[in-house]
Amino acid sequence: MSKQATVQAADAPGLDAAAVSVEGAQAGKPVPMTMIQALRSALDVSMARDARVVVFGEDVGYFGGVFRVTEGLQAKYGKSRCFDTPISESGIVGVGIGMAGYGLRPVVEIQFADYVYPATDQIVSEAARMRYRSVGDFSAPLTIRMPCGGGIYGGQTHSQSPEAFFTHVCGLRTVMPSNPYDAKGLLIAAIECNDPIIFLEPKRLYNGPFDGHHERPVVPWSRHPLGMVPEGYYKLPIDAASVFRPGKDLTVLAYGTMVWVAACAAEETGIDAEIIDLRALWPMDLETVLASVRKTGRCVVVHEATRTSGFGAELAALVQEHCFHHLEAPIERVTGWDTPYPHAQEWDYFPGPARVGEAFKRAMEA
Amino acid sequence: MSGMSEYAPLRLHVPEPTGRPGQATDFSYLRLSPAGSVRRPPVDTSHFDTQDLSYTLVRVLDDEGRAVGPWAPQLDAATLERGLRAMMKTRIFDARMLLAQRQKKLSFYMQCLGEEAIAVAHSFALEKGDMCFPTYRQQGLLLARDDVSMVEMMCQLMSNARDPLKGRQLPVMYSMKRAGFFSVSGNLATQFIQAVGWGMASAIAGDTRIASAWIGDGSTAESDFHTALTFAHVYRAPVILNVVNNQWAISTFQAIAGGETTTFAARGVGCGIASLRVDGNDFLAVYAASAWAAERARRNFGPTLIEWVSYRAGPHSTSDDPSKYRPADDWKRFPLGDPIARLKAHLIAIGHWSEAQHEQAQRELEAEVAAAQKEAERHGTLLDGGIPSAATMFEDVYEQMPDHLRRQRQQLGI
Repeated sequence: MSKQATVQAADAPGLDAAAVSVEGAQAGKPVPMTMIQALRSALDVSMARDARVVVFGEDVGYFGGVFRVTEGLQAKYGKSRCFDTPISESGIVGVGIGMAGYGLRPVVEIQFADYVYPATDQIVSEAARMRYRSVGDFSAPLTIRMPCGGGIYGGQTHSQSPEAFFTHVCGLRTVMPSNPYDAKGLLIAAIECNDPIIFLEPKRLYNGPFDGHHERPVVPWSRHPLGMVPEGYYKLPIDAASVFRPGKDLTVLAYGTMVWVAACAAEETGIDAEIIDLRALWPMDLETVLASVRKTGRCVVVHEATRTSGFGAELAALVQEHCFHHLEAPIERVTGWDTPYPHAQEWDYFPGPARVGEAFKRAMEA
Repeated sequence: MSGMSEYAPLRLHVPEPTGRPGQATDFSYLRLSPAGSVRRPPVDTSHFDTQDLSYTLVRVLDDEGRAVGPWAPQLDAATLERGLRAMMKTRIFDARMLLAQRQKKLSFYMQCLGEEAIAVAHSFALEKGDMCFPTYRQQGLLLARDDVSMVEMMCQLMSNARDPLKGRQLPVMYSMKRAGFFSVSGNLATQFIQAVGWGMASAIAGDTRIASAWIGDGSTAESDFHTALTFAHVYRAPVILNVVNNQWAISTFQAIAGGETTTFAARGVGCGIASLRVDGNDFLAVYAASAWAAERARRNFGPTLIEWVSYRAGPHSTSDDPSKYRPADDWKRFPLGDPIARLKAHLIAIGHWSEAQHEQAQRELEAEVAAAQKEAERHGTLLDGGIPSAATMFEDVYEQMPDHLRRQRQQLGI
């Protein structure tokens, strides 16, 4: 375990030491990174360590990706390991599955999560079931990165959070980091994992933590402890939640941007919320969730995606199945509305700290 | 209606086959070329130079069983006999497994009757380590190999205790990495693009192995087919793109997939891929075209698309009844004939084979297949319930079993 990384973990509020146990001895000294830089560092480290890692997608080669995550990788590792693809998500994932079947470890970028649907057949019917249907004769160790979520005036085609489509599919792992430190450690873990992984990147968090107050100036990651990211190699468990904010009044189950929104709601309402950052959506760390709900007796589920059949429904069901008798109030859900993500009315759609805070109050008053 | 046009009202065109039950098919739509008439360009040719080859038909065996023209491969008689025996074995295997399905020893079966030459001769043109991404009608790729046991294949079909796929897959959806046979999906066309990815990976790794992709005429309409062509062309992937045009996708004639007045091979040329249209019932033509494409791929000249013109002689699957939608005697009248009869005639014509030897080979192979079936049934069949344990259902969903699956397995009580 790297000493520096351990110190960093202990220094970073919102990260419990157990959940950030660092594997490997090469983790370097922490330096300020945005989430984009942290993801790039994860790709760089993985490509340097393992010649089987290849990176491709739309605009990711020479240009380095529309969000610049892959910038410099083609120059450093050559065109056969980082390259542009035709605009075809089914093709990107399909060739990735073939490459994984050969023995490479592809990391593909879907430019926006909103564009992933043409690849659904390849992800659901092929990658997710390859190990199962061939009894391990073949597998699909493939990482599918995609920026998700709103808050950038992206309208209905650049704002979606499609995680529930993927958590529904057996054989996939779906993860979503909420900060640069987790993003790097989880992406390296995803690349090394032998299961296919949906890696969702909340794009509103790329350049700084975002608590939902869009009217305020953006806080850069360089001014936040979780923007201090070790250079070199480290990874996080691919299936562990973290206690982002310890508290005693109620439990919040959140991931991605909503972790920060929930933390803001806790400050603004004065309600001592324990915020669980799931990080791994499915398979998930149920024990951490249940331990918290058993302690607080109240539970609020928060996500940005639409409400009906959203992942929050699964979370609410799991909580009541496993700790019904500990619950002192009905489980609250705060989500995006069941409408397409609107453009000009984005902030009426986005479940910001006011809506989350109201749910906290309802949960406390019940 | 406006009535302003000087033309007749528009009419929707819905293609129809030229034959239906009770009405003999007019096979002139196939536009065949005489054996030996189509030129053979060098393997480093451009896609542009194959335009004519995508509309004509590469054929080697003529009606007298002679091998003629520039595509005639230099295969020795012993190799040809091996090919004949592999095709015969495939047909016998299919027949016995069809019967076993009717006896409910397996749930379902798909034969490749009439298409045996395509998979068998193609496998002869590949090398060890190459990877095929087959559909469910390329069992000949496995049955042509000496290192694949029929017993293992039958155990998969019967979903029994020795089924290497533990009862998880429909019969025929084999997976055999060691034999260069990728796990068959059952979702059509998905594997065409995966084969391109496998070939790209081989090129990235600086390897010498190539990939071979398989699809039917019907599913060329899927976007994955067109995506595969684009990627194969863009990255000059070392892959053979096989389109088996057996005229029928269940009850749907190939014109509904877009074959009317054009060819599937022509799709390749439009995407910048060297493309051939080949007699799929001609063992020698299949071998020659496959070897040409394999050499192109291995020498880094890029992909080749090959449309194999053939005929699905049997039903689509054991759940299908083709007498409902096409003439019952269609295969007998199909102008490219039966691949086994044609290679047999050639071997007799060159003095290597006789009717008596053929009958003896038939008897030997029938005995071999029957013995394999007897052996496979010792490990159980779907009928006698000798299937793998339900506990195995929860394995291999992930590399390591997550807690929720462990809990669900406990709920099942095993």
